[in-house]
Amino acid sequence: MAIAVSILPSQQLAALNDAYRKAVARKRVRLTLAAAVFFAALVVAAVGAEVNLRTFFTYFGNLISYFDRIFTLENGARVWTDVGEWFWGWRKWLWMLGETILISYVGTLFGAIIAFSLNFFAAENTSPAPWLRFVVRRLLEFARTVPGIVFALIFVIAFGLGPMAGVLATAIHSTGALGKLFSEIVENADMNPVEGVRSTGAGWMSCMRFAVLPQVAAGYASYALLRFEINVREASVMGFVGAGGIGQELVVAVRKFYYSDVSAILLMIIVTVFVIDIGTGWARARLFGREARA
Amino acid sequence: MSRLPAPDRERLRGLYPQIFKQPVSARLATPVMLTAAFAVFVFGLVDLDFSPARLVSGLQQLGWITMMMIPPDPGSSLPAYLVALGETLSIALLGTTVAAVFALPVSLLAARNIVPSSLFRFPVRRLLDSIRGVDTLIWALVWINVVGLGPFAGVLAIAVSDFGAFGKLFSEAIEAADRKQVEGIRASGGNAFHEIRFGLLPQVLPVIAGQVLYFIESNTRSATIIGIVGAGGIGLQLAEQIRVLEWQKVSFLILMILVAVAAIDWISSKLRFAIIGRRAVA
Repeated sequence: MAIAVSILPSQQLAALNDAYRKAVARKRVRLTLAAAVFFAALVVAAVGAEVNLRTFFTYFGNLISYFDRIFTLENGARVWTDVGEWFWGWRKWLWMLGETILISYVGTLFGAIIAFSLNFFAAENTSPAPWLRFVVRRLLEFARTVPGIVFALIFVIAFGLGPMAGVLATAIHSTGALGKLFSEIVENADMNPVEGVRSTGAGWMSCMRFAVLPQVAAGYASYALLRFEINVREASVMGFVGAGGIGQELVVAVRKFYYSDVSAILLMIIVTVFVIDIGTGWARARLFGREARA
Repeated sequence: MSRLPAPDRERLRGLYPQIFKQPVSARLATPVMLTAAFAVFVFGLVDLDFSPARLVSGLQQLGWITMMMIPPDPGSSLPAYLVALGETLSIALLGTTVAAVFALPVSLLAARNIVPSSLFRFPVRRLLDSIRGVDTLIWALVWINVVGLGPFAGVLAIAVSDFGAFGKLFSEAIEAADRKQVEGIRASGGNAFHEIRFGLLPQVLPVIAGQVLYFIESNTRSATIIGIVGAGGIGLQLAEQIRVLEWQKVSFLILMILVAVAAIDWISSKLRFAIIGRRAVA
């Protein structure tokens, strides 16, 4: 089937072509400018961060040989030839890994509980007073922006060395992160049920309990699980500053050059993170699956 | 005032049998799960040495520390702190850029619509997963062994750990892209390279740019902490001042970090609006 394509008269076409070319040229100029600014920023950053490609290439062999060394036992054999020797400390390490998971679990739960009790004040549609919303939001922002490990450093001094500092640091950081996500879920919730409950004469508390909570509970659980997964990863380094968990063993092994121990501990951390990743993914799929069916 | 008629239970039971006759397993699932979660929580508290006495004395200490932090005061080391902050921002920008540049080609290999064979995709995905499973701080420790103490180790640490994250995010963005443009390019006689360049990249680049900007922002946060193990930046100063209990300087450094993160946040959200458009972000 032939389709007739109408061609505009040449003076009209010339005007359109001209406008098109101008638009393209303007876009190109803008793109070039943005790229130039970006590269300038990169160069400044490279100078600021003391990037030295010569050091990098000279010592790049070190990286390869480092990985070579962490996969070599004391007697010069490869680690996987003698797994018993490689994982000689597996009892202790498994115990520490358990502690790491427990730290992140308790910390996440603490954080989720605090975030749960604060988030209705932070959400725009449910907050009882604007000043309260402002205060809670700033508080959550503070808890979220200061990295967990900085809290851990300070808590180690206040509460003493040990997992307690790690738990509290995890809890505060999770409060900040979860509080924001929770309040965003609440802001997306349908407000009609709230009006329905309020029209029966219910107070603020009942409105939240019977109108908002049923809508948002699954979302809360899903975000809390995701946070737990992130926290396991973060808790694995809390030990660097003395706040408990497997990080302590790892940092000792790295600093004292117990090469095969480094690879054994790293492998155990990676496997644990994998397992937790898959486990929470499965749990989240179930939660959301149930939500979709209802 | 009229009253509602009393509900006819038998009729409702007949109408909605699936609500009235749930199996015991379904009814017990939630309470059992909650109890188990709570039991683990209590066990954790006991196992991790949570005692009320420790908590109270720790909170008292924390109260003291907070009092000592006020007012924030950099003493005479303000210039050094500003340099350290600049270093931190440089680490974040450079690390993220390097990671994005290297992750883009690899993410193509991990995307289902580019590499249909799972035999090739699987190892790439697992590699990205294991890189992501190791925290940035651990990478920093490793790189310090390779290139020595200093911010360069921080750049490499951020670059490597973001490489894992970007590889996954980019490949997801590529998998979510529309096939029609790609098919159009193929129909007009383009080869595989043309398909990627003209069919795929224009779709995914804005998404990727948005993600990279977001990561620069979140890496400003990560870059503040890798200094704690000696990889340069403001974290080094912070860890030092905490260890010597100079609380006024500590609070000043924390304030500096907060301000810097807020500034980067603001800039990057402006840029993201400019790139993806207001509609997509909101």
